[in-house]
Amino acid sequence: MLLIRCPYCEEERPELEFRNAGEAHIARSTNIAGESDDDFEKFFFIRANPKGVIYERWRHIHGCARFFNAVRDTVTDKFILTYKAGEPKPAKLPGAAK
Amino acid sequence: MSAAFRISGAGRLSQAKTASFSFDDKSYTGIEGDTLASALLANGVHLVGRSFKYHRPRGVLSAGAEEPNALVQIVRDDARKTPNVRATVQELYDGLTAHSQNRWPSLAFDVGAVNDVASPLFSAGFYYKTFMWPKSAWKSLYEPKIRAAAGLGVSPDKPDPDHYASRYAHCEVLVLGGGAAGIAAALAAAETGVRVVIADEQAEFGGSLRFESGASIDGQTGYAWAQGAIAKLKAMDNVRVLSRTTAFGYYAQNFVGLVERVSDHLKTPGRELARERLWQVRANRVVIATGAIERHMVFANNDRPGVMLASAARTYLNHYGVAVGRNVGVYTANDSAYAAAIDLKKAGVNVAAIVDLRDNPSGPVIDEARSLGIEINFGRAVVSAGGKLRVSSMTVQPKNGGGGRTIPVDAILMSAGWTPSVHLFSQSRGKVAFNDETKRFVPGAYAQDCVSVGACNGTDGLAATVDEAYAAGAKAAKEAGGKVGKSGKPKVDAGESWSRGMLGAAPGAGPGTTIKAFVDFQNDVTAKDIRQAVHEGMRSIEHVKRFTTNGMATDQGKTSNMHGLAIAAEELGKPIPQVGLTTFRAPYTPVTFGSIVGHARGALFDPTRRTATHGWAASHGAVFEDVGHWKRAWYFPKAGEDMHKAVDRECVTVRKVGGLFDASTLGKIEVVGPDAAKFMELLYTNPWEKLETGRCRYGIMLREDGFIYDDGVVGRLAPDRFHVTTMTGGAPRVMNHMEDYLQTEFPHLNVWLTSITEQWAVIAVQGPKSREIIAPLVEGIDMSDEAMPHMSVREGKICGVPTRLFRMSFTGERGFEVNVPADYGEAVWEALWAEGQKHGATAYGTEAMHVLRAEKGYIIVGQDTDGTVTPNDAGLDWAVGKKKTDFVGIRGLTRSDLVAKGRKQLVGLKTKDPKIVLEEGAQIVADPKQPIPMKMIGHVTSSYWSENCGRSIALALVAGGRDRMGQTLYVPMPNGTIEVEVTGMVFVDEKGERLNG
Ligand SMILES: [Zn+2]
Repeated sequence: MLLIRCPYCEEERPELEFRNAGEAHIARSTNIAGESDDDFEKFFFIRANPKGVIYERWRHIHGCARFFNAVRDTVTDKFILTYKAGEPKPAKLPGAAK
Repeated sequence: MSAAFRISGAGRLSQAKTASFSFDDKSYTGIEGDTLASALLANGVHLVGRSFKYHRPRGVLSAGAEEPNALVQIVRDDARKTPNVRATVQELYDGLTAHSQNRWPSLAFDVGAVNDVASPLFSAGFYYKTFMWPKSAWKSLYEPKIRAAAGLGVSPDKPDPDHYASRYAHCEVLVLGGGAAGIAAALAAAETGVRVVIADEQAEFGGSLRFESGASIDGQTGYAWAQGAIAKLKAMDNVRVLSRTTAFGYYAQNFVGLVERVSDHLKTPGRELARERLWQVRANRVVIATGAIERHMVFANNDRPGVMLASAARTYLNHYGVAVGRNVGVYTANDSAYAAAIDLKKAGVNVAAIVDLRDNPSGPVIDEARSLGIEINFGRAVVSAGGKLRVSSMTVQPKNGGGGRTIPVDAILMSAGWTPSVHLFSQSRGKVAFNDETKRFVPGAYAQDCVSVGACNGTDGLAATVDEAYAAGAKAAKEAGGKVGKSGKPKVDAGESWSRGMLGAAPGAGPGTTIKAFVDFQNDVTAKDIRQAVHEGMRSIEHVKRFTTNGMATDQGKTSNMHGLAIAAEELGKPIPQVGLTTFRAPYTPVTFGSIVGHARGALFDPTRRTATHGWAASHGAVFEDVGHWKRAWYFPKAGEDMHKAVDRECVTVRKVGGLFDASTLGKIEVVGPDAAKFMELLYTNPWEKLETGRCRYGIMLREDGFIYDDGVVGRLAPDRFHVTTMTGGAPRVMNHMEDYLQTEFPHLNVWLTSITEQWAVIAVQGPKSREIIAPLVEGIDMSDEAMPHMSVREGKICGVPTRLFRMSFTGERGFEVNVPADYGEAVWEALWAEGQKHGATAYGTEAMHVLRAEKGYIIVGQDTDGTVTPNDAGLDWAVGKKKTDFVGIRGLTRSDLVAKGRKQLVGLKTKDPKIVLEEGAQIVADPKQPIPMKMIGHVTSSYWSENCGRSIALALVAGGRDRMGQTLYVPMPNGTIEVEVTGMVFVDEKGERLNG
């Protein structure tokens, strides 16, 4: 069982308390009704699904109930970093090669 | 009376403490502290089982967890019949009853052994090749036959009466393995004061110190030192010592699963003791000290009972005081078997000969064996073992061929060398590296905060092992925050050391096709099978493994993997590392379901949710159905009524008089805050800003793709307060959906969401008399039609307790839903029931609720919709705010497929024969005469007998459904095609007058 650091509770808690909520940093348009088919497709259907570093949303559902963002390596399952919802994508990752 | 092969003065068991046991209904005597294997061997019993595929007679190969052969069924009573227990692990208790497996009618005479003679038929890939065709025969013929003939042991056929405990533990240093390395590491870590857990799979700690007579530490024998060190560790507050505990799985972030065998070794465990305890340990640092496992030699008939690992024979002698034979042969490719020969010779056992595959080895153990007068043959091979139910001889030849001779023996002790136990390291996702010089895989790159020490790390020799382990234990503790301890490093006075050996088939494995030189004993895989797999095109070791099943039995190839790999590599002409090692997966040894499940059985398997009126419903004869975790009253049969009659009566009574229904399981969410209406506008298709306080609206929630996600009635209690209801099964995910948008997309909105499902009990009172039933109990609410019209909500009191009283209807009748704090739910229900009785009202269950709503064409999300249905498809376009510029799903609704013509739409169906009730899920076609496969244009979503209509009614999703009104369609069923007419969705009171009736 993974330990995941909740950036709101500021501690590592067992995976059972959390739920994955898909890829992060996909903003819903403030004018979604006027969005083109292509833009809506990108927003709703297309996901990166990378082998390696992924930015994704998690919810501390059985804890503080907050949504937050995490950087995880899909190969090792390792959580590299977690940060609060609304914060920008981290420019530099700890321990990353570049 | 001492058993025939028990050597007086040898071993560590107290001969006075005897234990009687039976094996295949024959009684024997053993000693407390024996394993079943050592007790059988003490009685001269080597034949303990039949093999999986060929039914070959098998004996005891090892003295530990790696045992592939000696698998037995342990029977405690009618319900406790455990199959596939390794006799080498099962501790003896007085009265133990064991049976051999995989034989009929008896172990010595087994009909299935014909498979051995017919073995050319059963070669590698046999199942894949033979039972391919015809396809239909696989299910009806091949599989049942194979399953009946195969399989090891018999599963118990009664519920497991034992209970299983579960513990979580946290520590700074977890030490896996309690041999010399593990103990040294634990001592070093414990001295620093950090929390230490040390676990070992055996009943006694010591690992190979149990048989290494040459070990001496701190002036004591190795084994005595180990016991003293463990006693010292047990006395420390910061140390937990777990014996009989196997680490079976190494998971992410140093999370290790271990199973402790609590009472399998006890004569009468008693109810208070669990059978096993699952430990889930999170460690800051892990020290892996799992040792090494000896490999057998691969030669013809190397599976005859009496042929065993040299270290096993040594363990049986030095620990259990048992000689595995009176006249033993030794076949080896490394030094360690010499120590076994020496110990047995000194104990008075005749060693007929040592056969050493190496050409001219030298060293102290060889000198000592020679000085004891043991015949040693270098550069020679045992090419075959004689005998059938017990080995009787070994045939020895020069390894490059030439004349052989046959030496009578009653046991063969073999050693091809030692394989480091890298299972747990590999499970931790560490990468193993092949050491070409020593021909073994050892830990390479680490993926987690762990370290391997001793034999599992490829470290040879006791002194080097203890040095390395002690340093690693101290370092791990320090990294985990421990202080530097006083140095109590053990001093190794003397130790044994060996390495090298050989991998793969020995000369006795022969190139012939009839020779059975076993690589994997448990799955009956021979050297020939592996060669054949390569010849048939398997290149990857993973393919070879699956084709031959080498290493795929419950022992997971602990003794066979390296041999299999070496044979494949030789056949492929590639170096071993290029062929690769198969992946190690948890569990290291078999784990019972019970230990994983723990207490989560029966009533504790899954939570059960009961509403406030559950007791009342039960005492009034309700039949319950499961809806998610909820128990809901399904119907309330009166004496003599079946379900059909009860539901008919409930449905008719509700429309004629009235009925009470427990709707408490509906999800309820309170949406509160200055921006509550704005939030509702964004989450639902409907407009909310203009909904007056005290009024209700039927709301539809979509996903972003435009499909219906949930629906429910929403009441506005105040300008900043909405009482939202969701479908029973949808409450948690709707709450999650709302929170997601509130927290991440609309965080600027000042809104608070609270789940109130559990807080309010909901009693629906429906029917023409509903107001008369409720009114006498209500205070402070004017219930007249003018003051409280349909779709309104009022706050006041009922029976003196607070209520949120909704006027709403899921039946089409005048109706109310009485919300009261859940603690008062049963009392208010009783009061309403008493009032209802005066009018002849009924209690009704979920089945009548379903029928009544279907009569009105009210949909149930998830039954009449399936995640691809839009509001328009469901005939609910009126609920979508046309002037709105944003809500979740607004863009999805305009996708080209969602506005295309010919989409499936919800319609009503009436069968031409009113008595026929369609099956829900049945497919609909336009032309029943078209050839199969027919074009399906829709399916039935809801279907009931409606007593109120005097006929069956149904809802269905049909392509272009609303353009087909009046058309005849067809429902092809196995017993004939049913004609139906497409109709509107409302079957009762089309104008909706009864809402005020
Ligand atoms: Zn949290």
